[in-house]
Amino acid sequence: MLASLRNGICSARLDLTTYQQNFADTHPPLNSTQAKIEAERCYYCFAAPCQTACPTGIDIPSFIARIAQDNPRGAAAKILEENVLGGMCARVCPTEVLCEQACVRNTNEDKPVEIGLLQRFATDTFFSKPEPPLFKRAADTGKKIAVVGSGPAGLSCAHRLASFGHHVTLFEAKPKLGGLNEYGLAAYKTPNNFAQQEIEWLLSIGGITVQTNTRLGKDVFFADLLQSFDAVFLGLGLAGVNALGISEPDSLGLRNAVEFIADLRQAEDLSQLPVGRKVVVIGGGMTAIDAAVQSRKLGAEEVTIVYRRGQESMSASEYEQEWAKSNGVKIRHWAAPLELHTNDDGQLTGIRFAYTQLTEGRLTTLPESFQLEADMVLRAIGQTFDSNHGLEGLEMQGGKILTDANGKTSHAKVWAGGDCRYGGKDLTVEGVQHGKLAALDIDRVLRTA
Amino acid sequence: MADLSSNFLGIKSPNPFWLASAPPTDKEVNVMRALEAGWGGVVWKTVGEDPPVVNVHGPRYAALLGPDRRVIGFNNIELISDRPLKANLEEMARVKQRFPDRAIIASIMVPCTEQAWKNILPQVEDTGCDGIELNFGCPHGMSERGMGSAVGQVPEYIQMVTEWCKQYSRLPIIVKLTPNITDIRMPARAAKAGGADAVSLINTINSIMSVDLEKMAIYPNTDGAGSHGGYCGYAVKPIALNMVAEIARDPATAGLPISGIGGITTWRDAAEFLTLGAGTVQVCTAAMVYGFKIIEDLCDGLSSFMDSHGYQSIDQLVGKAVHTVKNWNQLNLNYIEKAVINQDLCIQCGRCHIVCEDTSHQAIFAMKNGERHFEINEAECVGCNLCVSVCPVPDCISMRALQAGEIDQRTGHPVSSDYANWTTHPNNPGASCS
Repeated sequence: MLASLRNGICSARLDLTTYQQNFADTHPPLNSTQAKIEAERCYYCFAAPCQTACPTGIDIPSFIARIAQDNPRGAAAKILEENVLGGMCARVCPTEVLCEQACVRNTNEDKPVEIGLLQRFATDTFFSKPEPPLFKRAADTGKKIAVVGSGPAGLSCAHRLASFGHHVTLFEAKPKLGGLNEYGLAAYKTPNNFAQQEIEWLLSIGGITVQTNTRLGKDVFFADLLQSFDAVFLGLGLAGVNALGISEPDSLGLRNAVEFIADLRQAEDLSQLPVGRKVVVIGGGMTAIDAAVQSRKLGAEEVTIVYRRGQESMSASEYEQEWAKSNGVKIRHWAAPLELHTNDDGQLTGIRFAYTQLTEGRLTTLPESFQLEADMVLRAIGQTFDSNHGLEGLEMQGGKILTDANGKTSHAKVWAGGDCRYGGKDLTVEGVQHGKLAALDIDRVLRTA
Repeated sequence: MADLSSNFLGIKSPNPFWLASAPPTDKEVNVMRALEAGWGGVVWKTVGEDPPVVNVHGPRYAALLGPDRRVIGFNNIELISDRPLKANLEEMARVKQRFPDRAIIASIMVPCTEQAWKNILPQVEDTGCDGIELNFGCPHGMSERGMGSAVGQVPEYIQMVTEWCKQYSRLPIIVKLTPNITDIRMPARAAKAGGADAVSLINTINSIMSVDLEKMAIYPNTDGAGSHGGYCGYAVKPIALNMVAEIARDPATAGLPISGIGGITTWRDAAEFLTLGAGTVQVCTAAMVYGFKIIEDLCDGLSSFMDSHGYQSIDQLVGKAVHTVKNWNQLNLNYIEKAVINQDLCIQCGRCHIVCEDTSHQAIFAMKNGERHFEINEAECVGCNLCVSVCPVPDCISMRALQAGEIDQRTGHPVSSDYANWTTHPNNPGASCS
């Protein structure tokens, strides 16, 4: 029997070449000719709508003009001065709902300037020869700041603070830095270990001491940080995963999508990675899309995303939804999980969903239901803030840390940003902006103290 | 369908599009291809005395490129024909025999002695060609040897050589003028005084295309050194149009037939030259950029325009707009326009706003009710046309003429219906006051 048709959860469903093809760069980078042609399409708008739409406010017309003028290093400088993770954001930003959606070219052509690909061209060109350094540390201030969590927000904050001359200690619970840049995000969006390359460059500014395998609330404690440092930045992310709210059997096939993705990102040999033949992903966000598409790419025969509301409510962009469909993922709306089925060996065999509808603005389940065969079910119905960090005294809202616009929390020495901060959109690029704004505010406070 | 046929100095051609004397008309094989493609005529690449000149064996051409690598300007340092005179004349004769209905013009450049011209003119005439163009324009290489623009820059020489040509040839004489002068009317008057049947212009403009910043050397260069070249192509069209119009409206040369040259790329460019006084047009760079096939689009475009506007023949277009070219002091200072932005077409790029704000009259609002929105502030707009010029969307911004009696929001005064120019304006100390 073909490996791809084996029931249950197993690895090596595909041959090695197919794995390589499936997980190669989704959107190959522009070469210099293509970049020049595309760059010349930019109108260099006044107070450019694309720049306004960018959460980090990159001066997009300028960086594109610099590409057109054969100055990719200058282009990279423009990008990285506002968004130090501009290389990763060029790969993972949902540009179709940010800068490229705002491009004025859409009016007459329905084809925006390819800002994301141009940003990637500029940053890739720079990272291929990153000397001399773009950023220099200011004179030593003697101030010490703890940055907890090394995802986009923490990295951005740490780099900005270091550039101001402060001493940063960067704490990370996992063995590697990067947060979702390293453990989340689809593998085909950031192949060739780009996350670590980018972090290595970021740290080269100096002044950042790294402590990995150090979890807040377990290996290091909030109260100690407050004592030992002049300020603390929390970029803790969302470590918890929402449960389905139904009885969940202890089965290998029932997994969190974020863990499935993390395993995939860390795998050295994709053919060793097990996946079901029939996979059901529950949720409507980017994590659901990434998990579903990657299941297909690992060789799952049937992958279905099931979302409890309609298409328009999915937080994954339309572009991402189309991407999933073009990869053979089926998306079903208006259904909520009802019951998981297992066989005598405890293996998942299927899942039953109740139809849902909106009744007077509230989502309700109907008595009618349907059944999907499934040997693997992935939960992607949102992450939650891990309450075990021991952040006594910090004001919370909606289960996340409450801050002002600059990221300052209810504690005078503590700032927060990224997904753990209340009121965000959970985007990489937004985390970067949070880290940047907090660093600016921390610097201002420390200098006026 | 409009009649595109042309009769210029008695030289007939099925359309007014000639290929200019340049690389595309250097050899029989090129010219045959051009005429087969449909060009109305050719001015053969300039011939000179034997032994022929020697060209550099490095780059002869370079381009000024716009977005998408569109050639906007073009530069060359090629000399006149580097082939023996006899070879050129034999080929010219064969081509004329093969295409008797096309205009075949010989371009000549020999030293400024009567004997040199007396020798060459009969040989050229024997080919059966329809006319002679005197190359007084080539600005590079040949000018260092006392020919080309070295002649065209001295009106007395133009007149002298033209007189010799009229004396030793029965063919129509077209004097090709160089733009590398201060006042184009002077060489044109000299040509007329010498008996020229027509002038053609413009030849190329002295130019250095660029500098190679890696090699710190002029670009293009030959073994590390370069020489100024002759600039042509689309970017020179406005310069050429002005010079053509200057000659057409100069009382001393008005009515002198003109063959218009300079950056003609589309039928529209050609039509513009015709309306400012050109009887035929000559094309080179556009053919060198796209090949000879463009003649089909040039003819079709001109013909469609003429049909849609009721022009039956080329003659009806020639000089049609000359009377609108005036000295500045004749412009009506009571006439007022304001820009208007078509909100349905506006794509919100804001370029009009920022250039008006930074470099002009702060006359375009960028915001309305807290929203991005670009609108003219008539209280500041002086009607300068900058916004129209920079808008990337065709027809999105236009100019509206204020009606007589309407209040100009900028001055608070009603618009006068009277024509009043600088010669009568009170601010002009030299104006005659009543």
